[in-house]
Amino acid sequence: MPKVTIDGIEIEVPKGTTILQAARMIGPEVAPPTMCYYSKLKTSGGYCRTCIVKVSKGSAQNPNPMPKPVASCRTEVMDGMEVQNITSPEVLEARKGVVEFLLINHPLDCPICDQAGECDLQNLGYEHGAVKTRYEFKRREFEVIDIGKYIKLHMTRCILCYRCVKTCEQITDKRVHGVIHRGDVSEISTYIENAIENDFSGNVIDVCPVGALTDRTFRFKSRVWFTKPVDAHCGCNKCSGKVRLWLKGEEVLRVTARKDQWGEVEEFICNSCRFEKKKKSDWVIEGPSPISHQSVISQNHYNHLNEVKIQVLKQQKALGFAETKGDSVTRK
Amino acid sequence: MGKKLLIHNEHVAGIHTYEVYRQMGGYASVEKAIKTMTPDQVTDEVKKSGLRGRGGAGFPTGLKWSFLAKPEGVPRYLVCNADESEPGTFKDRYLMEKIPHALIEGMITSSYALGANTSYIYIRGEYFYVARILETAIQEAYTNGWLGKNILGSNYSLDLYVQVGAGAYICGEETALLESLEGKRGNPRIKPPFPAVAGLYGAPTVVNNVETIAAVVPIVNNGGEEYAKIGVGKSTGTKLISASGHINKPGVYEIELGIPVEEFIYSEEYCGGIRNGKKLKAVVAGGSSVPILPTELILKTAKGEPRLMTYESLSDGGFITGTMLGSGGFIAMDEDTSIVKNLFTFARFYHHESCGQCSPCREGTGWMEKILKKFMNGTANEADVDLLWDIQSKIEGKTICPLGEAAAWPVAAAIRHFKQEFIDIAKSKKFVDVSHYNRLNKTKEAV
Repeated sequence: MPKVTIDGIEIEVPKGTTILQAARMIGPEVAPPTMCYYSKLKTSGGYCRTCIVKVSKGSAQNPNPMPKPVASCRTEVMDGMEVQNITSPEVLEARKGVVEFLLINHPLDCPICDQAGECDLQNLGYEHGAVKTRYEFKRREFEVIDIGKYIKLHMTRCILCYRCVKTCEQITDKRVHGVIHRGDVSEISTYIENAIENDFSGNVIDVCPVGALTDRTFRFKSRVWFTKPVDAHCGCNKCSGKVRLWLKGEEVLRVTARKDQWGEVEEFICNSCRFEKKKKSDWVIEGPSPISHQSVISQNHYNHLNEVKIQVLKQQKALGFAETKGDSVTRK
Repeated sequence: MGKKLLIHNEHVAGIHTYEVYRQMGGYASVEKAIKTMTPDQVTDEVKKSGLRGRGGAGFPTGLKWSFLAKPEGVPRYLVCNADESEPGTFKDRYLMEKIPHALIEGMITSSYALGANTSYIYIRGEYFYVARILETAIQEAYTNGWLGKNILGSNYSLDLYVQVGAGAYICGEETALLESLEGKRGNPRIKPPFPAVAGLYGAPTVVNNVETIAAVVPIVNNGGEEYAKIGVGKSTGTKLISASGHINKPGVYEIELGIPVEEFIYSEEYCGGIRNGKKLKAVVAGGSSVPILPTELILKTAKGEPRLMTYESLSDGGFITGTMLGSGGFIAMDEDTSIVKNLFTFARFYHHESCGQCSPCREGTGWMEKILKKFMNGTANEADVDLLWDIQSKIEGKTICPLGEAAAWPVAAAIRHFKQEFIDIAKSKKFVDVSHYNRLNKTKEAV
């Protein structure tokens, strides 16, 4: 089994493992971010270039470094390979460049985007992006299109990761969905704007890293961080029936597939589970979903928020703030 | 007079027809190869000749052929890349238009060497009339028994097809070409696997430029060693150069590799000097994507040696003081040329032709064009030069295919050698004529 060293940490991995998978085996600290790679979809990856790393030693036989940074999601490890990710300033600089490229034509309409809070691009921008944009031109715009009665396409937000194209290619049987045009005007489209009518088409919403494909049954109902995720299942004859429910009080606002640590769905679910079973009684609830404590969604898990608020108010009173009216505080 | 091997009989009347081509000694290489040589012997001759890929990268052809995987029971393909789209390059068109049988003869000999029973010529959509010339020539070759089953009574069979592309620059990249040939969207593939292992329809494939394949004919006829005598060092043989720009005699010239650049520009045999007695300002030596060089660096290397028309000499000094032979699109610019405007034209081209697959190229090429447009309409400031430099450095080497580099190199070189010109334009706030650009955009909107 080949041994590979990533950021100074050695790991032995099966043959055929990519650098990215090896890095994920080590842990999230050294795993490069991904926007287009999706381990559940074959031939995905290589497009967004956020996962580029520097190979400082090719292999034990050929110790020369690779001349250019490589896409870690599509490069297989060799025995004795040495990879630099977060330890290489060049890689971090290049990644910053890629984030900038991804953002120059992104509308940054997070305040009105349903994806905000669980958006890969937000996370990436937060971690690797610049504070200010250097782009001063008009951003690319597209019309918003309904594709089918359940899915809405905001092409303006799309970063062309091809994940939805691969999903339609690989898990639905009739593909009517692809990329048209070329270069920076290329867009995701259905064949002459045909609706995607397929039992598994809803999965394109889950794989979309940004808010380009959104759930029409959930649009503008709530910010994701005001909903509580719980894992649930049902006896479905089309899919595994293992889902994540997003609750607000007793109401099921949204049903999605369960996502793992890397933001990838564990099992694809069918459209009737996703869009039609919107009552709590349709489901057997297993318990709260694991959410990273770094995620904005996790804030709803803390019941002691009220206590924190009371303490803050007490301190404010001690410091000479005026009586509070509702949530707002005014100074004397 | 330099020796000519590819277009030596370009002026013979009717050379595009089979009869005349055969009379002039055509198809001798096919006869020689099939009757007297094994496929490996042909490959050995090509190796001995030192022939290097004429499409731009200059990779040794014999070595490329020997990399071809040869598993049992799997077909192998030879694909000719006739998607010549680099601005400033038009040598393949000239060759195919004038002497189509030279390419077909080369295709047969090369396919025999590689053991391919089906071969394709992928030609760009804008060359539809050339495709017709080729198709007529292929028909003639079939009628006379040079193509089809059991060529010359041997057990070697070959079918040759011409496929017309839809006119995308990116389809000249070999893996995008293969995708397009398979009938898919012409997006470059992620390598590895390389085409030599999994190319067309997943089978081992060799993709070669038109001129490379045509050069196999004299190599087989005269022997690889004879071919290797022409040229200097590792740059052997002859090369077609498409000369354009502000020179007295633009056109396609066949040169022996190794002549000095100065001789190529000023001698009466080739370009014939700069038009209207002006001075030379800069040269793009190998198609729009290679770095531009100012006069003092194109005529002499940084060490002061005269620069020769070879792969090595032109790239002497790396990209700091050198350039590349590339595909041989030689563009000369006189003293009145605006480098910035020229760069804007190139940047517009690469923005238009980016396939949109990977983010640095998709977004970066458009951004560079927009900044250069600011220079054109007089709204740029000095900081934009640094921004442009930073953007190109973030595209170069970060993309799937070389289009990102092709877009970044000209920008880098123009700023490296002509930074003052950018700054002057930015300071002057002068309007540079962009009517041509606006007119193009209007037509686009109307469509």
